[in-house]
Amino acid sequence: MKQQLLDAMDIERERGITIKANTVRIDYKADDGETYVLNLIDTPGHVDFAYEVSRSMRAVEGSLLVVDSTQGVEAQTLANVYQAIDADHEIVPVLNKIDLPAADCDRVAEQIEDVIGIDASGALRVSAKTGIGIKETLEAIVKLLPAPEGTRDAPLKAMLVDSWYDAYLGVIVLVRIKDGVLRKGERIRMMSNGSVHHVDRIGVFRPQMQPVDELGPGEIGFLTASIKQVRDTRVGDTITHEKKGCETALPGFKPSVPVVFCGLFPVDSAQFEDLRDAIEKLALNDASFSYEMETSAALGFGFRCGFLGLLHLEVIRDRIEREYNIDLITTAPSVVYHVYMKDGSMRELHNPADMPDLTHVDHLEEPRIKATILVPDEFLGDVLKLCQERRGIQMDLTYAGSRAMVVYDLPLNEVVFDFYDRLKSVTKGYASFDYQMTGYRQDNLVKMQVLVNDEPVDALSTMVHRERAEMRGRAMVEKLKDLIPRHMFKIPIQAAIGGKVIARETLSAMRKDVTAKCYGGDVTRKKKLLEKQKAGKKKMRQFGKVDIPQEAFISALKMDS
Amino acid sequence: MPSANSSMAVLAGDWRNGGFGLYVHWPFCEAKCPYCDFNSHVVRLIDQTAWANAYLRELDRVAAEIPCRVLNSIFFGGGTPSLMHPDTVATVIEAARRHWPFANDIEITLEANPGSVEAGRFAGYRDGGVNRVSIGIQALNDPDLRRLGRIHSVAEARAAFDIARDCFDRVSFDLIYARQDQTLADWEAELRQALSMAVDHLSLYQLTIENGTAFGDRYDAGKLRGLPDDDRAADLYALTQAVSAEFGMNRYEVSNHAHPDAPSRHNLIYWRYGDYVGIGPGAHGRITLNGQRYATEAHRAPGAWLAAVDNGSGEKPRHCIDMADQADEYAMMSLRLTEGMDIERYQTLANRPIRSNAVDKLIDLGMIRQDQGRIFVQDQGFMILNAVIAELLAD
Ligand SMILES: Nc1nc2c(ncn2[C@@H]2O[C@H](COP(=O)(O)OP(=O)(O)O)[C@@H](O)[C@H]2O)c(=O)[nH]1
Ligand SMILES: C[S@@+](CC[C@H](N)C(=O)[O-])C[C@H]1O[C@@H](n2cnc3c(N)ncnc32)[C@H](O)[C@@H]1O
Ligand code: SF4
Repeated sequence: MKQQLLDAMDIERERGITIKANTVRIDYKADDGETYVLNLIDTPGHVDFAYEVSRSMRAVEGSLLVVDSTQGVEAQTLANVYQAIDADHEIVPVLNKIDLPAADCDRVAEQIEDVIGIDASGALRVSAKTGIGIKETLEAIVKLLPAPEGTRDAPLKAMLVDSWYDAYLGVIVLVRIKDGVLRKGERIRMMSNGSVHHVDRIGVFRPQMQPVDELGPGEIGFLTASIKQVRDTRVGDTITHEKKGCETALPGFKPSVPVVFCGLFPVDSAQFEDLRDAIEKLALNDASFSYEMETSAALGFGFRCGFLGLLHLEVIRDRIEREYNIDLITTAPSVVYHVYMKDGSMRELHNPADMPDLTHVDHLEEPRIKATILVPDEFLGDVLKLCQERRGIQMDLTYAGSRAMVVYDLPLNEVVFDFYDRLKSVTKGYASFDYQMTGYRQDNLVKMQVLVNDEPVDALSTMVHRERAEMRGRAMVEKLKDLIPRHMFKIPIQAAIGGKVIARETLSAMRKDVTAKCYGGDVTRKKKLLEKQKAGKKKMRQFGKVDIPQEAFISALKMDS
Repeated sequence: MPSANSSMAVLAGDWRNGGFGLYVHWPFCEAKCPYCDFNSHVVRLIDQTAWANAYLRELDRVAAEIPCRVLNSIFFGGGTPSLMHPDTVATVIEAARRHWPFANDIEITLEANPGSVEAGRFAGYRDGGVNRVSIGIQALNDPDLRRLGRIHSVAEARAAFDIARDCFDRVSFDLIYARQDQTLADWEAELRQALSMAVDHLSLYQLTIENGTAFGDRYDAGKLRGLPDDDRAADLYALTQAVSAEFGMNRYEVSNHAHPDAPSRHNLIYWRYGDYVGIGPGAHGRITLNGQRYATEAHRAPGAWLAAVDNGSGEKPRHCIDMADQADEYAMMSLRLTEGMDIERYQTLANRPIRSNAVDKLIDLGMIRQDQGRIFVQDQGFMILNAVIAELLAD
């Protein structure tokens, strides 16, 4: 069964389908002699895709909480289990990987009770590898989780759980039927915008696509209806029949909004159109990725893009670089600030370079998060220090065995950049981290500019807390001094707030690079050196008279200590 | 208006600005120095006759392609050419004379290591036609010689140098500086000694750590300590210029110093971008045939080269150098010289004007000077010549 599953997915992957929430339907003959149809959704774990988890929870009636019995509860486990609790799910704890010698089921069960607070005495002990406990798990689903309710005779009411683009079939829509029956060839209506589509195909995942004649209450399946763009479907929407549709829509989902923004520019400005093409194609399949054109004095034409989080940003950036072969300059990620103007209006600020003139600004608000960190005792001190340095406010600190769970209220801006890297490094990889957005709060925020050779480099502008500005500024100019190669002249590098310099370094002029020896008549060797120098220069961006290497834009902002 | 033909003719004769030379590479040494990445090998036995015959065959082959040139220089380089039997050297010189008429002032240089055995052969080289030697003294103190992995002492070097002076009017020697733990004062004292010994020419090279050498490996492993950073290297270089000027031995190239009438004719052929035939393992050449300039390179491994010569040619497949590359090569070489680069010549080769904004920027920064149709690199510019050239030739 497992083998088959993997095979099917590989084929799908080769065909370029992005499987976001994996679903599968199985028919299970239970001990009571009845055959049950089970619809399962596997959810992604990472915080960036938490909204996928929450919508999946809304499409089913109960959850299996699978915990690795060799690792125990992670911060992600918590975030996901709370979503299940929020969705009023019956939760069945499952301890996996018991085939491994490191498995410690008793300890992990205790942890689940301590940290999460659900009864784990009856937790199922399973190995997905050897198959131990699988039957018991399926039995538990049948016995412990509620069966779906719904009325076959009622007007069609289906939830749009997810959608993605397939090169052969167009947009594929994943639906969960609440009431009524959906059949191939019918005309359906999306209740959010009234658009009407003709259903070409319906089916289920087993896990490969399998056509069916109809989908009834409680079933999860897919439909295609000649929909061209993922954007034309809205996750959480209610689908009904064009005629004799249902009256009230299901409560919708909060749409996922980008929280982290950064600029993406082609290193080679001739590749701008290629970049546009790549971004449009990626956005086709990812409604949570937003973009708009941006021009920067220094970097030329590019795009300001919005992401659900840093992982999302990295995934998209890597795909552009690898799949579309475009070298990118990524500017410092920024969060969305709320700028309250003196006239009482509010503007969203996605890019520090667009910060309005201070004389018109009343105050700024920044997004905050609730961060949950699970960490072995011995690293707790370092984690607290890190959170404190990042302007965190401690909200909770509890212990579960030898691990501590800390909850911090942190500004998102302190986290988007390198918090996770730092956390990993101070805890040697033993901490797990998750967060949720909580809201906006006013703080003393200022825009810090960086001037290289007396010219402001907009791509290096950042928003910082006033009290931390000096420290950040100093760290940044020091970093830049190392990142920018020496030139033929000395280069002042400054950090400034509203025209006032708060930190300054001077990169001294290049002193010596000449090759002393003449290799007889081997001009070719010198030629190679020249070519290397030329290639090196292409990897840089010119600001006034200064060449700045592309990696400097990100590296300059990383804080090592 | 210049027709295509006449401009072809100009280009076909471009090499004349530099002259015509012959480079002969001898790939053997007694021991391999830890800093050296020249094509040099240590072997137990060398069959001098086989090598002499191979050189002769190569000369026959190349001379058949490029007849009727006046030869300005011959250079025996290495490796350690002072391990060549004087007869081997004489035979090669004789053959060259049969192929190409010698210029009246032809310079025939042999690179020598300063061991006693080598010095014993100096008279033989002179009798065979060599009129200039360049001795690899490298340092004038024994501890540094040992750290450089040299197998001779200062006393031996001085003795070899004295014998050379008796045999030849023109004697040059090489020193390597910017060594481990070398202070400015150490170097100044040593340099003054060297300058007072010098005849008319001196090569002063800053130690370069090359990949693939013993020093390169030690450096990568962080075990080669006390090397000067760029700033100190620049100070050492500036000091070198000042002190040699005091002795009337000005720099005529980045690392070469001579009395005004004594620059190495052979090196000038390279730097003025003339034509040169390169024979022997790994030797490079630049030759103009029917208006087209070619880059030649011989097989590097001594055995492979001998075998290739046996099969008709020691050369690897040749490459045409297109005009733009010739212009780049000319600039890269000529800017190393204090006599500078001829702008007109560069532009003719490049078939486009020189990048005036780069020139202006470099003049502004005090890196170069432009005068009478030439570009001269200034003191400051010499220290960062690679960057200056990269700026000037950027596309
Ligand atoms: N030994 C063992 N390995 C398992 C078991 N279940 C999953 N794995 C391995 O654990 C890794 C993570 O599994 P995956 O299903 O991707 O985890 P998820 O990302 O949390 O959904 C994979 O390498 C699996 O092969 C099990 O029961 N035993
Ligand atoms: C082709 S080498 C050989 C000369 C001769 N075999 C000798 O070692 O005395 C010519 C000169 O290049 C210089 N040289 C060789 N390797 C060097 C290095 N890594 N850095 C600086 N100069 C070097 C030495 O001064 C040497 O005398
Ligand atoms: S420096 Fe001279 S002697 Fe030493 S290995 Fe190189 S060529 Fe041979």
